Amino acid sequence: MSGQDDGVDQTRRWLAIGATTAVGAVGAGFVAVPFVKSWNPSAKAKAAGAPVSVDISKLEVGQKLLVEWRSKPVWVIRRSEEAMETLDEVDTLKDPDSEENQQPAYAMNPYRAREERKEILVLVGLCTHLGCSPSYRPEITAEWHGGFFCPCHGSKFDFSGRVHTGVPAPTNLEVPPYSFLAENKNILVIGLDEEHS
Amino acid sequence: MMTFIKDTTVSLASSGYQWVNDRLPVDRAFKTHMSEYYAPKNFNIMYFFGVISLFVLVNQLLTGIWLTMLYNPSGAGAFDSIEYIMRDVEYGWLIRYLHSTGASAFFVVVYLHMFRGLMYGSYQKPRELIWLIGMAIYFVLMGEAFMGYLLPWGQMSYWGAQVILSLAGAIPVVGDELSLWIRGDYVISGVTLNRFFALHVAFMPIVLIGLVVVHLLALHEVGSNNPDGIEIKANKGPDGKPLDGVAFHPFYTVHDLVGVVIFLIVFCGIIFFMPDGGGYFLEKPNFEPANPLKTPEHIAPVWYFTPFYAILRAIPSKGLGVIFFAGSIAILFILPWIDRSPVKSLRYRGMLSKLNLALFAVVFCILGVCGVKSPDAHPFGLTFIDFKTVGQICTLLYFGYFVGLFVIPSFEETKPLPERVTG
Repeated sequence: MSGQDDGVDQTRRWLAIGATTAVGAVGAGFVAVPFVKSWNPSAKAKAAGAPVSVDISKLEVGQKLLVEWRSKPVWVIRRSEEAMETLDEVDTLKDPDSEENQQPAYAMNPYRAREERKEILVLVGLCTHLGCSPSYRPEITAEWHGGFFCPCHGSKFDFSGRVHTGVPAPTNLEVPPYSFLAENKNILVIGLDEEHS
Repeated sequence: MMTFIKDTTVSLASSGYQWVNDRLPVDRAFKTHMSEYYAPKNFNIMYFFGVISLFVLVNQLLTGIWLTMLYNPSGAGAFDSIEYIMRDVEYGWLIRYLHSTGASAFFVVVYLHMFRGLMYGSYQKPRELIWLIGMAIYFVLMGEAFMGYLLPWGQMSYWGAQVILSLAGAIPVVGDELSLWIRGDYVISGVTLNRFFALHVAFMPIVLIGLVVVHLLALHEVGSNNPDGIEIKANKGPDGKPLDGVAFHPFYTVHDLVGVVIFLIVFCGIIFFMPDGGGYFLEKPNFEPANPLKTPEHIAPVWYFTPFYAILRAIPSKGLGVIFFAGSIAILFILPWIDRSPVKSLRYRGMLSKLNLALFAVVFCILGVCGVKSPDAHPFGLTFIDFKTVGQICTLLYFGYFVGLFVIPSFEETKPLPERVTG
């Protein structure tokens, strides 16, 4: 063999190749870090994701308020008595008890809202299927129980944003973290679980 | 005196050429890939689309470079800069339409080029690698087209990207983090637009050109297939050249020029008279600036993605939908190992194989229509069926083609192959 003829120690050669390759690979890994990390949301984007406050004192019954939070559409709706009653009636829901992690713990109830202000619904207005913005269809008819309908792929949600069975959306609509100010219960803060201290 | 100048010029030019040739294998490369590359003499019309794809690639590169000089890749300025190109820049409209309609033309010719491969078994041994590289080109081209479509920053750009990027969210555990990382923001924003612009104009084209070069090198290594699916290298004359081959240059270069001219006539006709393809090449909602708070009534991707989009929508579960969607493209990669037929060309396969491919082509087109239409709409006003159901049936048939390709050869009689190419 030529390797032996040349007096090459193959074991040492492979050790040298292996060691340099390993060190080189680790180095390449470290070099990749800034390139990969630079794709994360920047400090500016994170700052733009700060909580948003809205005054809901003038929100009428049945009205939908559109708020922009982290550039996402967030709906604030003061649901009517009639709408609240439908929540127990609809029986074709995929996840009626909100077991999927689509809401903060305090919204894990049929209203998907804080118990103390359960008529106030706060939802991220993006369909959980492919991110379209569903339309608000509050009218209750014989065929339609009221709620939200996504025009893109036909997903249906009830008045709490809970998804129906047999539609493409996999989960209920997302409830963002929200709270009411301690000093003024009409100020809704979206993006913050606890009251300001 | 004149003769002296002429002779001197000629001798200077030829010695200059010789000087380069001694240092760079210009002659050798030209011989290997052009004047002494022997292509089968029986190519038919389906063999035009490879060279036309190359021509369209050059068109995209040239018009694309010019567009980067005029376009503003920022959330605030992108939409306006497109209008600036269309209205204020001299011939801006032409350069932009050549690029945007060129994208659709690219997919038309690439689909026909791939269909040629299916007809004549061009992916079979020894051309599996050419097929794999070709599929990689197709995959990169889809990424390139997808990123390019975000750049005009219209409503459909925005929401189309929203739909496709949220597919990454279906991946368990890391899905949401991955979507966030790709977007670089909590929603698609100017940040996303900027990185897509960089990828679209620099990274992806470099990869694309590299892959095209490798695709051609691999092709020239094993030689071209032909409509008979037999190897011309099996019959060589005393000079060692294939008896059924002709030199690529001048025979096919001149021949392909005719194809390019005919393509240009059709292409220019569309550019001048129907540049938006009736809303299919440039969708109507894209003439409205991107608005993250308002979804268009109906989101449909550009036509060349709609067959796969229809498959995505046909499955009622998001996770499974994404798997079938990815699978419908992934399965094409392993085509050379699915097809078990001993003959390449459809000409020498049985009726069942022919029907299988014909059905696949029809189903692909129907899926394309399904992806454009609203899932609840009824084809031809027929109330008992909607596009979602049609899409589900066609999804089944789409995958059925590959099952057929695997199963049919085990019982189907093939016709005897000719010694030499026919026609």
